[in-house]
Amino acid sequence: MPAVHQIDIHHVATLARLTLSEDEAVRYAAQLDGILTYIDTLTRYNLDGVEPTAHAMPVYDVLRADEVRPGFTQDQALSNAPKRTADQFQISKVIE
Amino acid sequence: MLASSTITALRQQITAGDITPRDIVLDVAKSIDARNTEIGAYLSWDVESALAAADRADIKKPLGGIPIGVKDNMNVTGQPCTCGSRILAENYTAPYDAGAIQRLRSAGAIPFGRLNMDEFAMGSSTENSALGVTRNPRDITRVPGGSSGGSAAAVAGDLAIAALGSDTGGSIRQPASLCGCVGIKPTYGRVSRYGLVAFASSLDQIGPLTKTVEDAALMLNHLCGYDAHDSTSLNVDVPDFTAAIGQDIKGLRIGLPKEYYISGIHAGVSASIQAAIKQLESLGAIIEEISLPHTELGVATYYVLAPAEASANLARFDGVRYGHRSGRAGDLMEHYTQSRAEGFGPEVKRRILLGTYVLSSGYYDAYYIRAQKARTLIRNDFTEAFKHIDVILSPTSPTPAHKLGEMKDNPLAAYLEDVFTIPVNLAGLPGISVPCGNIEVDGIALPIGLQIIGKALDESTVLRVAHAFEQSR
Repeated sequence: MPAVHQIDIHHVATLARLTLSEDEAVRYAAQLDGILTYIDTLTRYNLDGVEPTAHAMPVYDVLRADEVRPGFTQDQALSNAPKRTADQFQISKVIE
Repeated sequence: MLASSTITALRQQITAGDITPRDIVLDVAKSIDARNTEIGAYLSWDVESALAAADRADIKKPLGGIPIGVKDNMNVTGQPCTCGSRILAENYTAPYDAGAIQRLRSAGAIPFGRLNMDEFAMGSSTENSALGVTRNPRDITRVPGGSSGGSAAAVAGDLAIAALGSDTGGSIRQPASLCGCVGIKPTYGRVSRYGLVAFASSLDQIGPLTKTVEDAALMLNHLCGYDAHDSTSLNVDVPDFTAAIGQDIKGLRIGLPKEYYISGIHAGVSASIQAAIKQLESLGAIIEEISLPHTELGVATYYVLAPAEASANLARFDGVRYGHRSGRAGDLMEHYTQSRAEGFGPEVKRRILLGTYVLSSGYYDAYYIRAQKARTLIRNDFTEAFKHIDVILSPTSPTPAHKLGEMKDNPLAAYLEDVFTIPVNLAGLPGISVPCGNIEVDGIALPIGLQIIGKALDESTVLRVAHAFEQSR
């Protein structure tokens, strides 16, 4: 079946920070096309002038008093780090 | 066997001095040892720490000494929290307690055991877990439902007394329905999401899976309440939900959405639900047909919004602060893309890609904003309906449990089965699934669940109807 939506799956994968194999790219592009075709149900309704809902319950900015309160120690925060060095998270080199 | 008992009954026995919390933990552990190889409800369980907690338990507290199974997406200090994913399977130990866990502990309960789930709660069969298969205790050739499939299988199979699940589009109610136990998703904001690994933040809600409606009410009493760590937590009074237990339902108005009672529902499910409606009518409820005209939009709306939120939430799994880190990565970009590619399973990748697509430049208005507008219409449908009625009834799932592997290559078909549960999350309402009968398939009785949907914050009426129904059967 020809694709209805022209999905640039490699571009989407880059945005999503996911490496895809060629097999995966073909499979996901086809599956997303099918799902998006179903999602096009939404275009059958006139939604002009309808306010979007982000949360079912009204959500407002929630601020707390600017006071120090207990939190993680550095060691706790680093306890699950795949790689750590000098009490910091270690990542690949980004500056030459 | 204590593991097959209810919280309410065990609490009486503890208070009477007939049993100790240690007896209960040992009995649940024995049940897990005997049956988990077959059922696969638990991914891990630590008997020693549970026994230590049992010996310290304050039995004067309302849940004192009761072990509760926990879906493997809620942080419990010192325990794993895999989310059913390879990305968190090795080397993650929770450094803190989730808000819901803090509350259970304050009430005297003991978090015991980590329950299997679809990876990051994405799925409705638990088959998307990267870490093991969970089978339906009523028929081990069938799925338990999902995503809280481990929780439902443990409770229904007497490998747990009660359990916590989370529900984003039906993930507590649907597995409860398929395994034959009770599961309630409270109003959005009732239970803190702090420490629940986020899937879709505007839809996720924690709730209990139990053997009886009374146990569900009791657990809700101790799960609900404001938490400053969750910006969407509701700062509202929490009533005593157990007060709803035992009240009659004479004159209560029950709505049947005409859009829900259409083709596509398994004949056996239809028959069970019709019988349940008659039963409630005989208890004095007034049954009315209602309309939720935008029902058709529910699944499409959900499969834009939930993946969109998930794609943002799961960006945190970058192999830097926690979780799997690829050993093959060169530069930083490759570190991200490779760690995530190795760590996430197919359904999670599919939803991240879908979510990223609908949020990407050029598609945001066409999909994401459009879906948010559709959400308004769905929510308004409920608001309108609840002007005239007290609760809404529907099947929880259009079918009984599928065979393992049956839906494997058709993600869309699986999504469409969430049709009755999804709108409840989109509108933020409370909903319960309560067992309402069985269908005999291949000589085995498969459970059917009745869904009761209530007004926002009106869990009490939902529980009242569910209990009256449960007791009349």
